[in-house]
Amino acid sequence: MDFDYSDDQKFLKDEARKFLAAHCDVSVVRGVLDNPERAFDEKLWKGVAEQGWLGASIPEEFGGLGLGRVELCAIAEELGRAVAPIPFASTVYVLAEGIMAFGAEAQKAAILPRIAAGELIGCLATSEGPGVVGPASLQCRVEGGKLSGTKIPVTDGDVAGVALVLASEGGRPGLFLVDLTGPGVTRETLKSLDPTRSVAKLTFVGAAAERVGDAGAGFEIVQAILDRAAVLLAFEQLGGADRCLEMAREYALGRYAFGRVIAGYQAIKHKLADMYVKNEVARSNAYYGAWALNDDAPELPIAASAARIAASEAFWFASKENIQVHGGMGFTWDVDCHLYYRRSRQLSLVAGAPKVWKERLVGELEKKNAA
Amino acid sequence: MDFNDSPEEAAYREKARAWLAEHAAAHRAKWGEVKPNTPEHMAAAKDWQATKASAGYACITWPAAIGGGGGTPIQSVIFGQEETKAGLGYGYFTIGLGMCVPTVMAFADNDTKKRFVSPAVKGDEIWCQLFSEPAGGSDVAALRTRAVKDGDEWVINGQKVWTTGAHYCDYGILLTRTDPDVPKHKGLTMFWIDMRDAAVECRPIHQMSGGREFNEVYFTDLRVKDSQRLGEVGDGWKVALVTLMNERLAVGGSAGPNYREIMKLARELSGVAGPALKDQGFRDKLADWYVQSEGLKFTRFRTMTALSRGQTPGPESSIGKIISANQLQELANTAVEMEDQYGILVDPGQAPAEAAFQQSLMWAPGLRIAGGTDEILKNIIAERVLGLPGDVRLDKDVAFKDMPTGR
Repeated sequence: MDFDYSDDQKFLKDEARKFLAAHCDVSVVRGVLDNPERAFDEKLWKGVAEQGWLGASIPEEFGGLGLGRVELCAIAEELGRAVAPIPFASTVYVLAEGIMAFGAEAQKAAILPRIAAGELIGCLATSEGPGVVGPASLQCRVEGGKLSGTKIPVTDGDVAGVALVLASEGGRPGLFLVDLTGPGVTRETLKSLDPTRSVAKLTFVGAAAERVGDAGAGFEIVQAILDRAAVLLAFEQLGGADRCLEMAREYALGRYAFGRVIAGYQAIKHKLADMYVKNEVARSNAYYGAWALNDDAPELPIAASAARIAASEAFWFASKENIQVHGGMGFTWDVDCHLYYRRSRQLSLVAGAPKVWKERLVGELEKKNAA
Repeated sequence: MDFNDSPEEAAYREKARAWLAEHAAAHRAKWGEVKPNTPEHMAAAKDWQATKASAGYACITWPAAIGGGGGTPIQSVIFGQEETKAGLGYGYFTIGLGMCVPTVMAFADNDTKKRFVSPAVKGDEIWCQLFSEPAGGSDVAALRTRAVKDGDEWVINGQKVWTTGAHYCDYGILLTRTDPDVPKHKGLTMFWIDMRDAAVECRPIHQMSGGREFNEVYFTDLRVKDSQRLGEVGDGWKVALVTLMNERLAVGGSAGPNYREIMKLARELSGVAGPALKDQGFRDKLADWYVQSEGLKFTRFRTMTALSRGQTPGPESSIGKIISANQLQELANTAVEMEDQYGILVDPGQAPAEAAFQQSLMWAPGLRIAGGTDEILKNIIAERVLGLPGDVRLDKDVAFKDMPTGR
């Protein structure tokens, strides 16, 4: 049984934590939060590229480090803990993972080295409005290699160089790679629940689009990419949830009420114990997701769903109850609790809400039991 | 990351499997199907324990010199997995070997250890733990069973409750109050006792679930020798902590139906609008239960990983019973409600899944209390894992006899 980070992976994780402590303290996060014109922290992005994290799991032949996915999970956990204000998930979990899994050789050669070098930001454009996007409601169209339609919201759509866009071609859904710097693309930055991560509306009028993967398989490909992203996002959520528990603990141990620290009251102790229980359930499920992702195991759809559900629940609970433990101070802009509360919403919504993943999980269990 | 055994572990597993294949078959051939709670079941269990002990598969982590297997914690886990897979494993010895005998080993003199450890390992003698009382459940140290010194003996009067297996056990470790004039933790003393003594009376407790698996134990002028004392006079709490330290390891995983069984039920029943399995509210709950029970499974894997690496496991296993007991209660009730009006029926011949959900519904309240209530377990996580302060205590510097008591 070897179901934990290895010593090397733990070392990498420790190094990541040290790097982020030095280069992504809360002033960096607030620098993006308080300046609506800033989509992300460019300096941190550059530093992360120099650390090699952007290409951590990209093969060496494409300029990456060629590490495994568990290493990427370890980095993700630390990024989540630091509420890092950078387009890492969009670029690495979605674009790089998507191109590695489904891209043609030429697409890999064109995209992956630029990601690893920190020269290319990516994004995934599926949503077209409120509610779950499905084959019947899909409006974006590709005709003769030209994409038209609107995607809203697209995380990091305002700063990305390329997008993976879900659109139908001849009535069949497909996934398309679109150069957002080319003609026929209009971007509009939108306001978000989590201003430390940017979102945009993308309008396409005859933008050049090349297909990624098979025609007609758009939804299946997007789902497969999201399965991979879900595991990595779960580690970000886990890192955030752990930090919320630490913050709540630190505050409760220092805050006095009725003549003693509030950490001694059972109402607070049990709340923190509940956080701990949820975080450990999330960690164990996330580890299983990491294993399935790293080994490209057939269990990935179930493992990813479980990891995402558990991690979404843990981060949501920890982030809201962390505010509660902080009392009135927790409701202020100046105390950091809301950064995590906001990020917990961003991470739970960005790759499909938990209810979508619960349905996916049960659907997969039905298939498994029918087989 | 992987789920594989190391080469040494794989070799041990192979060896254990081969041994089990041979001896489990022989055991079955000898005993056939025996019903639980019968003398034959106990006899079969003792026979199996002796067979394991003779091959070093009982008390695997204990030194061979005292009858154990001289093995490692991970080997003990591996053998347990294979024994379960082979459909064997009797529960009678868990508390004795997991909690009581280790306490005897830690505090008794050499003659006593020599007398008791080996027969316990072989299953000849079974031990129970006599701690909980009507006035001391979560607050065990509030117990009232009184031991009074009389020459070279102690005279014990009082009552214990919720004693697992008291009616079939040969010996027990008994926590008593020897000094009511000092604060409660300081006036306790531990003894080992003979459960067959005429001054010990076991009365089964009629549980709300209908069964009678636990006992009240009454002591009426029970006389024990001072040499049966475990630890110093007044040090009983320290001794009890050694016993309880082992409880977390001894109390096993969850029993009863899980997400698989309720999914099967939902597939067969019709719901409010269409098949029960298609009900969105049910599917959301099902996903949560799956995530929780898989979370516990993989948490056990993390603990195993630490053992496999020769490290001390982290505190993560402390989440187990809080989750499993609560999930069992919710899952059972959801199943019963899914059966709609029919859910009220409890006859295994009539109720779906042989009434497993109805039975679990009535058993789950006990599971949330036994071995540490939900509330105490959360206190333990808060204090021992998260390092939060203990509660304000009104009983610390008050003599036991002056402590306020309710019912």
